[in-house]
Amino acid sequence: MIELTGVTKRYGAQTVVDDVSGSIESGGLISIIGANGAGKSTLLSMAARLLPMDRGSVFVDELDILSTPSDQLARKLSILRQENTLSVRLSVRDLVAFGRHPHSKGRHTAEDREHVERALRYLQLEELADRYVDELSGGQRQRAFIAMVIAQDTDYVLLDEPLNNLDMKHAVEMMRLLRQMTHDFGKTVVLVIHDINFASCYSDRIMAMKDGALLHHGTPDEIMRPDVLQEIYGIDIRVEQVDGHRIGIYFA
Amino acid sequence: MSTVVTVPRAAAPAGSSSVDPRAAALRNARRLVAASAVVLVLAVASTFVGVLDVTPWSLWRQLATGDLDGFRDAVEVIAVSRFPRTASVVLAGLALSVAGLIMQLMARNKFVEPSTVGTVESAQAGLLVVTLLLPAAPLMAKMGVASLFALAGTGLFLLVLQRIPLRNSLLVPLVGIMLGNVIASVTTFFAYRFDLLQSLNAWMIGDFSGVLRGRYELLWLVLALTVVGYVAADRFTVAGMGQEFTTNLGIDHRRVMVLGMTLVALISAVVVVTVGSIPFLGLVVPNLVSMLVGDNVRRTVPWVAVLGAGFVLACDIVARVIRYPYEIPVGTIVAVVGGVLFLALLLRGRKR
Repeated sequence: MIELTGVTKRYGAQTVVDDVSGSIESGGLISIIGANGAGKSTLLSMAARLLPMDRGSVFVDELDILSTPSDQLARKLSILRQENTLSVRLSVRDLVAFGRHPHSKGRHTAEDREHVERALRYLQLEELADRYVDELSGGQRQRAFIAMVIAQDTDYVLLDEPLNNLDMKHAVEMMRLLRQMTHDFGKTVVLVIHDINFASCYSDRIMAMKDGALLHHGTPDEIMRPDVLQEIYGIDIRVEQVDGHRIGIYFA
Repeated sequence: MSTVVTVPRAAAPAGSSSVDPRAAALRNARRLVAASAVVLVLAVASTFVGVLDVTPWSLWRQLATGDLDGFRDAVEVIAVSRFPRTASVVLAGLALSVAGLIMQLMARNKFVEPSTVGTVESAQAGLLVVTLLLPAAPLMAKMGVASLFALAGTGLFLLVLQRIPLRNSLLVPLVGIMLGNVIASVTTFFAYRFDLLQSLNAWMIGDFSGVLRGRYELLWLVLALTVVGYVAADRFTVAGMGQEFTTNLGIDHRRVMVLGMTLVALISAVVVVTVGSIPFLGLVVPNLVSMLVGDNVRRTVPWVAVLGAGFVLACDIVARVIRYPYEIPVGTIVAVVGGVLFLALLLRGRKR
């Protein structure tokens, strides 16, 4: 379980994340939604100790992220930010192998190699394993980074807009895969996502943020309602039931 | 493992099919050994280049004709002058190249090296200060002061880089060069005022002609520093991927930066104190290696070290032969050859 208590971030006079408290149960896929500037990515970064908090605390399975050694946390929780342009030329396999660093500190055991190969297989990257990451397409690169966090083998995987750069087909595949991960390996996947319909179809729970505050936290059925969505986004969104999923219609 | 996901396999280009990583490592090691052998040949050749006629053939002739005095003199020449020179060329070449590699990872920019970010200029400023204030200080103390200045200069550059996030990758080395020039002009002013321009020149232009036994041994220190760089290789690769990436893997980004800065500053200071600066080296060699074997530092450090040593050895031999029996400073040759090579790399990179 990830427990947030009074998490706050300010930039000057502007409060980006405002006193957010709540807990993320382990297991399943959790989406964080909200308008631009609602503080989603900032909250995710703080929960993963990438960004210092101005106030508040975060516990990951009883581990205080402020006092727990960083390498110990790296075996518990991984995070992937949205812009993943490598300035370093690495092969896909080398990149994925760096996911094992928290476990092996660079001295790879047979077990580490097995984790790397398994992650490559899981994302169907075997044929690209020896290519340089900077020579791949956006979607392939995204998969390579996901493979790295899979190799890192943490209980919690935080992803900041993992659907960026992906077309519809690859976006669907990515969401299926992330959901599959929670089933196959019992992971907890938390992701920041803009498409409310992806959030609705694939999430076990949805957290909705507005103006830095946590507005709602519930199942897709509880969040995907016109009144709730109006509150979150400030626009009228019709919600239809399609194949058992609640789909928001906001294009016109 | 079963998965319902079907991601289409991108067609792999010919020759890049999946290979056993251990077989690839073995092939890499074999190539590295071959390259090292070439560098060794260059090193032996370098030992027998000089005004005095000391060659394997002359040594053999002296032995064969029983000219033991001549043989002893020749061995003395090698021990006092030739071997120290070859050793210092190899040490400076490999360490400066590795320092360039580390600098590039820390700045996350391929176009920087210690002489384009103010490190070398700061070391020279430090040398000038210690020469002015404590002219009788031992070499070790001078090196210490130069290292401290180099550390401060490198730190200043990285601080500037943090404050002004530069979008354009070519602006990063430009900022560094400006910073270096500001420091160098202050140094030059004081050197001019105190009549030390000649000493300053010696630190600025790399030259191995003054290397003799007893005056270069400090350079062995850079070998140790390079080994430290190799041991921490993974950390530098990760640091090259940015602070957030580094933190996610549980590595203290600040500590890696401090270690890298210290290595770069110490290597630069030691080389400047003993032979003077050799520009472009740390730029050309790591970029060349990056094109050949990528950027996984664990794999590139040995290549950068071997090619760096080989490059300077070749340039030093040319510097001694081109106007025989006179010689021109190796820094000049390295700068000319390195400049051309670097331009070629830039143009090739653009085409890809």
